[in-house]
Amino acid sequence: MSDPIPVVIVVEDEPRIRRFVRMSLEAEGYQVFEAETLRRGLIEAGTRQPDLVLLDLGMPDGNGVSFIRDLRSWSDIPIIVLSARTSESDKVETLDTGADDYLTKPFGAAELMARVRSQLRRRTAVVGSAGSVVEFGNVCVDLRLRRIERAGLPLHLTPIEYRLLAYLMANPNRVLTHHQLLRHVWGPSHSESSHYVRVYMAHLRKKLEDDPSQPKHIVTESGVGYRFLL
Amino acid sequence: MDLDQRPDPDTLLTRLAEEEARARRGKLKIFFGASAGVGKTYAMLSAAQQQLAQGVDVVIGVVETHGRKETEAILRGLTILPMREVPYRNRMLKEFDLDGALARKPELILMDELAHSNVPGSRHPKRFQDVEELLAAGINVYSTVNVQHLETLNDVVGGITGIRVWETVPDQAFDSADEIILVDLTPDELLQRLKEGKVYLPHQAERAIQNFFRKGNLIALRELALRRTADTVDSQVLQYRRDQAVSPVWQTRDSLLACVGTGEGSDRVLRSAARIATRFGVPWHAVYVETPELQRLSGIQRQRTLVNLKLAQELGAETASLSGNDAIGTVVRYARDHNLSKIIVGRDHPRVWRPWRRSFADRVGKLAPDLDVIQVAREQGAVYAPRAEGYKIESMLSGLQAPWQSYVNSVGICILATLIAAPLHSVFELANIAMVFLLAVVLVSVRYGLGPSIMASFLNVAAFDFFYVPPRFSFAVSDVQYILTFTVMLLVGLITAKLTTGLKFQANVASRREQRVRALYEMSRDLSGVLMPEQITDISQRFAETEFGAKSCIMLADDQDRLGSPLHAAGHAPAVDIAIGQWAFEHGSEAGIGTDTLAASPVMYVPLKAPMRIRGVLALEPSDPNRLVTPEQRRLLDTFARLIAISLERIHYVEVAQSTTLQMESERLRNSLLSAISHDLRTPLTVLIGLADSMTMTQPPPTGQQAEIANAMREEALRMRSLVNNLLDMARLQSGTVKLNRQWQPVEEVVGSALRAMPTLMDGHVVRVDLPEDLPLLEFDAALIERVLSNLLENVVKYTPSDSTIEIGAAPNGANIEIWVDDNGPGLTPGKEEVIFTKFERGGKESTTPGVGLGLAICRAIVEAHGGTIHAENRPKGGARFIFSLPCGTPPSVEQIEDHAVLEVKA
Repeated sequence: MSDPIPVVIVVEDEPRIRRFVRMSLEAEGYQVFEAETLRRGLIEAGTRQPDLVLLDLGMPDGNGVSFIRDLRSWSDIPIIVLSARTSESDKVETLDTGADDYLTKPFGAAELMARVRSQLRRRTAVVGSAGSVVEFGNVCVDLRLRRIERAGLPLHLTPIEYRLLAYLMANPNRVLTHHQLLRHVWGPSHSESSHYVRVYMAHLRKKLEDDPSQPKHIVTESGVGYRFLL
Repeated sequence: MDLDQRPDPDTLLTRLAEEEARARRGKLKIFFGASAGVGKTYAMLSAAQQQLAQGVDVVIGVVETHGRKETEAILRGLTILPMREVPYRNRMLKEFDLDGALARKPELILMDELAHSNVPGSRHPKRFQDVEELLAAGINVYSTVNVQHLETLNDVVGGITGIRVWETVPDQAFDSADEIILVDLTPDELLQRLKEGKVYLPHQAERAIQNFFRKGNLIALRELALRRTADTVDSQVLQYRRDQAVSPVWQTRDSLLACVGTGEGSDRVLRSAARIATRFGVPWHAVYVETPELQRLSGIQRQRTLVNLKLAQELGAETASLSGNDAIGTVVRYARDHNLSKIIVGRDHPRVWRPWRRSFADRVGKLAPDLDVIQVAREQGAVYAPRAEGYKIESMLSGLQAPWQSYVNSVGICILATLIAAPLHSVFELANIAMVFLLAVVLVSVRYGLGPSIMASFLNVAAFDFFYVPPRFSFAVSDVQYILTFTVMLLVGLITAKLTTGLKFQANVASRREQRVRALYEMSRDLSGVLMPEQITDISQRFAETEFGAKSCIMLADDQDRLGSPLHAAGHAPAVDIAIGQWAFEHGSEAGIGTDTLAASPVMYVPLKAPMRIRGVLALEPSDPNRLVTPEQRRLLDTFARLIAISLERIHYVEVAQSTTLQMESERLRNSLLSAISHDLRTPLTVLIGLADSMTMTQPPPTGQQAEIANAMREEALRMRSLVNNLLDMARLQSGTVKLNRQWQPVEEVVGSALRAMPTLMDGHVVRVDLPEDLPLLEFDAALIERVLSNLLENVVKYTPSDSTIEIGAAPNGANIEIWVDDNGPGLTPGKEEVIFTKFERGGKESTTPGVGLGLAICRAIVEAHGGTIHAENRPKGGARFIFSLPCGTPPSVEQIEDHAVLEVKA
């Protein structure tokens, strides 16, 4: 990779977790800065020009959600939340606030690295998205012509289905909550009817996936939302 | 999208609720006829036979065949409900059994003669009230009515036929019928039937024809019946139009005000007013003004006004009894306050002794030129004037009643006046001496009222005459001019006394009213501070005692809508009958003395209606039943009951709030404890797994044995993780604080995410998913159901060889959807199918298979929290099947969403 070395900030109060996260990241060749408080984390994020932030939610000097809100007010770098909180409502809250992914403790190094890689890839993909044609599996989507082909045959999508797919494709590898999908595809007046999303997701899977019950691209994050895998 | 164009869901819901209520209520069909003998009962029975033929559950509540053969013949096949025997004056009378009918709950019941009065001691005094209760219970009713039984037409028919019937049906009860069928027969045919003896038994026929069944009568009655039916149809048309319109227009400007007097003909005035109001389709009011003059009326007279007001209420009027010095001014003010533009008064007869006095209507017209005044006739031939004179005298006599002290004091004042006049006699003219006596009369009449003032007038005149008018010390009068002095003195005394009495009455009324307001105010102030139902009982008891002179108690309703035992302070308990209280509670209407329901009971039961529900029943046992009868007292009682109800509700919600706070607090505590434990267990595990992982990344890479150790550490830490997850989940589920985040979603989705969550665990197992295409959406908590599936899959992987096939399927079964996980492994140990779902139970004891046996227990807890069931069985083909079911519910329609979406895209 001739790109500059990616910079990752780890905001975590437990030194041992910081240490192993740092080791794993450095083993892959990233540059790592540590912060043991949220305040420190904001300063690091402001000065180090990071490519990614790893954030523990339960910090001694406050709730990580407020950190996300602060950071999102001036930056859109990817944030992966590391948390011991397991409830879906916590996940949804952090994701709705602006986090990109969520990893529940305890997690392994391999799991962590996979998430980090996909977030960084997404960033480069979004930054350098020149082509209007996206391919995944045996599906080919031409965003400019609004044409979709599956295994070489044209595929018909209803307007809603198309908007849903386009929004998913614009945010690959990222967890999108039901709320976010509803707001972007249906508009703000439907934020309470999450079964719309599920029904249309099922339609999309039937049209795009080989086995809709074991999807490879439109995967479900139970109780939280969906993730589109390229 | 235009949000305004969508119908307001609240409005739709209200309309739905209304329609539902209307649908739940039974339908009333009335067979209406001009007179007896036209064949109403026959028509009703024929209709019932038709219903019976269609399989409707028809029973006869009451039918009166009057021994007519044709009618009896058509009874065949219809069940007749047994009558109840009611003891009345040493006889057993048969009466309709309302409770029996309600318990039997047929689809349709026949109740002949809606106007019938029940035997005293029945629940309701009138049959139409029984019918009302049957309708409320959702039972359809067929009934019959003759035109002369209608309340507002009663006197008209009486005028035509010369026979008044006393059993009447309020027009409201008649008009509220869903269908009215006119049973018509021409007078000639009816007379023919009568002659043939088909109507009454032959020996009664002749007399009946002479009295009632005259051809002229029958024609008039027929016309009345036809017209009344036409009116009803007309108002139905209007109602229909109103329903279709955006909003009904309510013309309050045209409302009527009827004045109730004390005279004989007032009921006729009220009936006319009711007829006019119905014709115009407007609401109407009836008022009675209590003036000082009327205050002095006899008890019978006052009772009559109350009866009239009650009649007005039954006829659908809003009633009020007002108090004022001047009846006309008070009526006009009331009319203006309530936006009533037409005043209906009875026509006054010119009075013999005051021919100059203008009629009531004229005086109203003079005071309020902008209001319409309608004069209607009172009862024909009513003897009005003498009666009025009668009570004039009576009222005068009643004015003479004063305590004997007043008379003694008056005599004292007269003596004083005589003594004062003695020294003046030599100085002043005789005419001025008379002034002293006049002053004495004025003083007496101001202080002691009419009786003493008359006495004082005579005494003073006598004293004046005896002591001062020459010839002195004799009653002889030398000069005729002193006669004038006497007359003036007498008149001044009478007029002053009358004025004073009026003022005193006004002051009395005002102070009574003020007292009442103050009592209410004090009670509401006291109630605002209470925190216990017992305190409310105390306060209400005190208030009932002072304002109504009644013993009282409160019965509170529990959550199952049963009334508890009466709450009251010792020694003041009224003799309550809980069953009547329960009736009042369930029907939300008053019962007992002074009401239409079980009026024979000495206790009045008032439901305590609060905004959210009826909180209980207030029982009052008045020492004098009349104290609960006047509209004013009833309104006071109403306010009283409402205040108590609101206080009870407030207390209830204080309790609810307290227990909720407590619950929330303990829930918060439990949750923070659980999340602290969770955090403290997860952090070292994260470190452990992470460090084991990073060992493999060290440079130089670890040797084979080191790598193996690192891997083993990692594996054990991961097992520890799932154990911790299970334990924490179980703790959370068991604490009962898990709130299901239920959403409508496809089963397929949760199956997919469960499979995706455990790819590494499936080691070598083949998974087949077979879900039907048309499976409806289910409402469940996705994360928890994913947990169920994961645990089941994990379980299968644990206990089956690595090349086994796992099949996941689902199918509807009745009101549930069943989802199963099958395998073709060794199956379950027979007899163990149920035990494995208990905690810490494992498939094979002492086996090396890891786990503590929480997985299936968690599955059961989750599924049961969703209102489903889970069990395991061995498949006939070999292998095990774990199967759980979730209730279907009513999923939101997918078609709707599709339409909606397409519409929106076009927009």
